[in-house]
Amino acid sequence: MLRTLLASLLILVAGVATLAAATEGFRVFTAETARRFDIRAHPRALPSLTLQTTNGGSIDLLDLRGRWLLVDFVYTRCMTYCSIQGSEFSRLQQQLAEPIAQGKATLLSLSFDPDHDGPAELESYLQRSGVHGAGWVAARPTDATSLTTMMRFFGVKAISDGMGGFVHNSAIGVIDPRGRLIDVVDWSDPQMAARYLSGRAGS
Amino acid sequence: MVLHMLFQIPLLVLAGWILTTALPRRFCKAVAPWNAYGISGILLASLTGSVWMLPRMLDAAVDDFSIALVKWISVPFLIGMPLALSWPRAGFVVRGVFLLELIATAFRLGWLYLVSPVRLCNSYLLDDQQRLGWLLLAIGVVAVLFLAWQLLWGHIEVRHLDK
Repeated sequence: MLRTLLASLLILVAGVATLAAATEGFRVFTAETARRFDIRAHPRALPSLTLQTTNGGSIDLLDLRGRWLLVDFVYTRCMTYCSIQGSEFSRLQQQLAEPIAQGKATLLSLSFDPDHDGPAELESYLQRSGVHGAGWVAARPTDATSLTTMMRFFGVKAISDGMGGFVHNSAIGVIDPRGRLIDVVDWSDPQMAARYLSGRAGS
Repeated sequence: MVLHMLFQIPLLVLAGWILTTALPRRFCKAVAPWNAYGISGILLASLTGSVWMLPRMLDAAVDDFSIALVKWISVPFLIGMPLALSWPRAGFVVRGVFLLELIATAFRLGWLYLVSPVRLCNSYLLDDQQRLGWLLLAIGVVAVLFLAWQLLWGHIEVRHLDK
């Protein structure tokens, strides 16, 4: 019986330690919170990523450093969540008009469906969502490798919804002027992203 | 998600349970004193089970091959096998506690999956999660009814090896 007690205690300690490690100390239970937790704890430096924008030209994600970037992920055929996501970004663009005009902030919508989302589709997505001039860029990765790099770096996962569309973990990535992804906030709470920015936009 | 949690993992447990019959007798005899009434084994199986119930771990097992490998090894050997070695040794109370906790977990997780407005796994759709919720509740209800029937009208005889 003593040996069983000893074995059980060892198992209990090892088990609780494993559970604690798997949940970052009982704080993280889903992959989504784990992704955000990890990004907050260890900001990620942006990778080089070739993107094609709505005018057909190419930019590198690294070229956008030096200002705050708020990034969301879309596919333009989406008619449900993404339309709300689009109008939230439109509102955010209005609210952040000042830092945007000063070149201190840019909104960036990246498509994870580059096969379908060409410059024309992305432009019509912006128009449909109510874009207010400059300061909101829509772009797509130019090849399969950049798409994989983009999804990995931001931790975005899109799965088929069984009806020709996608379901994805949508959120707003916050990138600081040094070019580091420092936070991921709920897309339904863009004010959180805005607060992040307005608090530090001047600095 | 339903396939992952209600077929793949239970099948891996079953595989471990069946593999136990191939264990040499000497091994079973050697671990027996460390596993009076099956307590250590059931504890090991329960804790390992809790790890694989974390939505994060399910997602990781889908996305990351090395985690999937850990799952394929740990579920049969740390859940199926200890259960097979412990269940025959467990008395009425140990079995009761384990079954009660299993049923409570089915209800808890089932309810959570049903009411959660967000996807707990990035790899699965919301309707899949809700279907799993219903199935877990159904499994919980059937298990309760079965146990109640056993307690009221069944013949319960727990003959365990530790006397």
